[in-house]
Amino acid sequence: MSDVQAPTIDAPLLEVEDLISQYPVPRGLLGAMMRRPQLTVKAVDGVTFSVAAGEMVALVGESGCGKTTTAQTVIRMVANQGGSIRFDGAEIGELSPGQLRPLRREIQIIYQDPYESLDPRFTVRDTIEEPIRVHSLVPRKEDREAKVREAMERAGLTPPELFIDRYPHELSGGQRQRVAIAAALVLEPKLLIADEPVSMLDVSVRAGILALLDGLRKDGMGVLMITHDLSTAAHFADRIAVMYLGRIVEEGPARDVVRNPQHPYTKALISVVPRRDPDERAFPQILTGETPNPVRVPPGCRFHPRCPVAEARCKETDPELRLLDGVAAGHRAACILLGEGSGTG
Amino acid sequence: MSARPPVIRVEDLNVWFDLPGGGELHAVQGVTFELHSGERMGLVGESGCGKTTTILAMMGLLPATASVSGKVLLDGEDILVGGEETISPHRWSDISMVFQGAMNAFNPVKTVGAQIAEPMVLHGMATGKSARSRVAELLELVGIAGDRADRYPHEFSGGMRQRAAIAMALACSPKVLLADEPTTALDVMVQAQILELLVGLSKTLGQELGLTVILVTHDLPVVAQVCDRAAVMYAGEIVEMGGMSEIYHDPRHPYSRMLFAATPDLLGDDEVISIPGAPPRLDREIVGCAFRPRCDSAFEPCSTVRPGRREPVAGHEARCHLNDPSLTELAS
Repeated sequence: MSDVQAPTIDAPLLEVEDLISQYPVPRGLLGAMMRRPQLTVKAVDGVTFSVAAGEMVALVGESGCGKTTTAQTVIRMVANQGGSIRFDGAEIGELSPGQLRPLRREIQIIYQDPYESLDPRFTVRDTIEEPIRVHSLVPRKEDREAKVREAMERAGLTPPELFIDRYPHELSGGQRQRVAIAAALVLEPKLLIADEPVSMLDVSVRAGILALLDGLRKDGMGVLMITHDLSTAAHFADRIAVMYLGRIVEEGPARDVVRNPQHPYTKALISVVPRRDPDERAFPQILTGETPNPVRVPPGCRFHPRCPVAEARCKETDPELRLLDGVAAGHRAACILLGEGSGTG
Repeated sequence: MSARPPVIRVEDLNVWFDLPGGGELHAVQGVTFELHSGERMGLVGESGCGKTTTILAMMGLLPATASVSGKVLLDGEDILVGGEETISPHRWSDISMVFQGAMNAFNPVKTVGAQIAEPMVLHGMATGKSARSRVAELLELVGIAGDRADRYPHEFSGGMRQRAAIAMALACSPKVLLADEPTTALDVMVQAQILELLVGLSKTLGQELGLTVILVTHDLPVVAQVCDRAAVMYAGEIVEMGGMSEIYHDPRHPYSRMLFAATPDLLGDDEVISIPGAPPRLDREIVGCAFRPRCDSAFEPCSTVRPGRREPVAGHEARCHLNDPSLTELAS
């Protein structure tokens, strides 16, 4: 790939295909001297999904499933060892850092902890202005100020005068997260990645931040939300992709995935989510053991050692993520026991 | 409830913290509740509402800058009355606690078993061999094979360390267990395992009397899943308390109702609505109802008169003027 291609029409904003991202496991001096094999953590091991403009996709899963690494690979903070990342129709998986620079404006990321992600010595103005300076976008100071205020208003920090000269310690958690979002919005990105955007916040302010992201989506932005909270994903995302051990095991329209889960892992995961109504207590189908170490991914279906319905053949066949019968359109799962004999694949 | 006396009763508990620049912060304000053996109650609220301070006060573990008033009656005996002298015989042995983040507080260079044995040895309950067999028994109780006692914390997963932390809190066979956000950093699958463990302990521990559990959390669905009762705290006070089902279906305080509405439900279709504003500062006197500035149902008396505790339905109490017919009639 030599240069950024012209965007193709109708293509999703972000298309990730067979993405692979691995980390070498440090083996130490002794390990190297003894020529022990170099092991790798397969954090992302063949992930395929897409995000359209005006769509919110939630990547859900337990810690260590590879959801954050997937997001970091998409923005090329982590290199991919395989697969393709197409943004706006152009392959970006192999761009050099210099070629990536203009792209960094178009894909922005916000993080979980607004207490850690803001520089304590920066005022709100400094924080939001920083990205425009870095990208040398707006030469005139007055124009930059106008941009900062506009981003603050979009992020719900209104009126801007009230917040613009404050330092992070003078803001609540929800306000800090809004500052982080404003600093992302000031570059007018097409895709916003939100990595656990509300998990550090109090329940009463979470909905406001999520509604803000929802509003950005309605205005045409693509949003990729990383979360461990299925209830939040079910409410705010258009589609949910469930990850297990570096792979998406189920993906589809959000409502359909939580109401009609197909993959045995998703079924178990849904069953343990506590409900708000005490009369709707869950009957948890608790999986034994813990997620295996991604250094040693089980052969065949990676879920088979913990799967309550696994058969002998599950140890041999690595299932593909495929469309299923009897579910909403676009609902896929990776399990060979599903939709058998239906002829669709 | 039953005619049996409560195993624990907290009566008009107040906690003030001295602030460095002078002044006081009234962190816990008139908290009163009681629990019977085997009951599980959720103490819910947002950060800073006083839920952790409440249980630390019950354990006598607040720092020297705190002053405490009120009673904590354990089987009818006030353990706060004589300070450390009256609390320490009961701490860990009758009333015990799993601290927030306890799973990450193990000493990395000591085996898990040795650390679980510590409170027993300290309280002279067991030493040597008997301590070792008790540790194995405790580990089995929380679902860990007893022979894992010789392992180090890093050899345990997060969920196992949390189980070990619970085992440690149970070392001296307490009657009451205070669990502070015991599942907050855990994945849902592991959370489900820990919650199931707490429910099981409240049902089976002891010959006839189950463990009484107070679950401190900000997570309403977790309380809904495991607790019979809940106490909702706001700005240092219990603003609503009752059966979990009653609070959900018939909330008597707007804060509880709005908190439920701000919580997304897995299969719910209703819009999730945030609560505007922020909790009040507790270092200043609050005039009227502490929730009034954020409340969607405030009326005339709310800005001037602090609502007292009322019990509109037996066993279901709230601090809100809406439950006072004489006031609501005047307003309408």
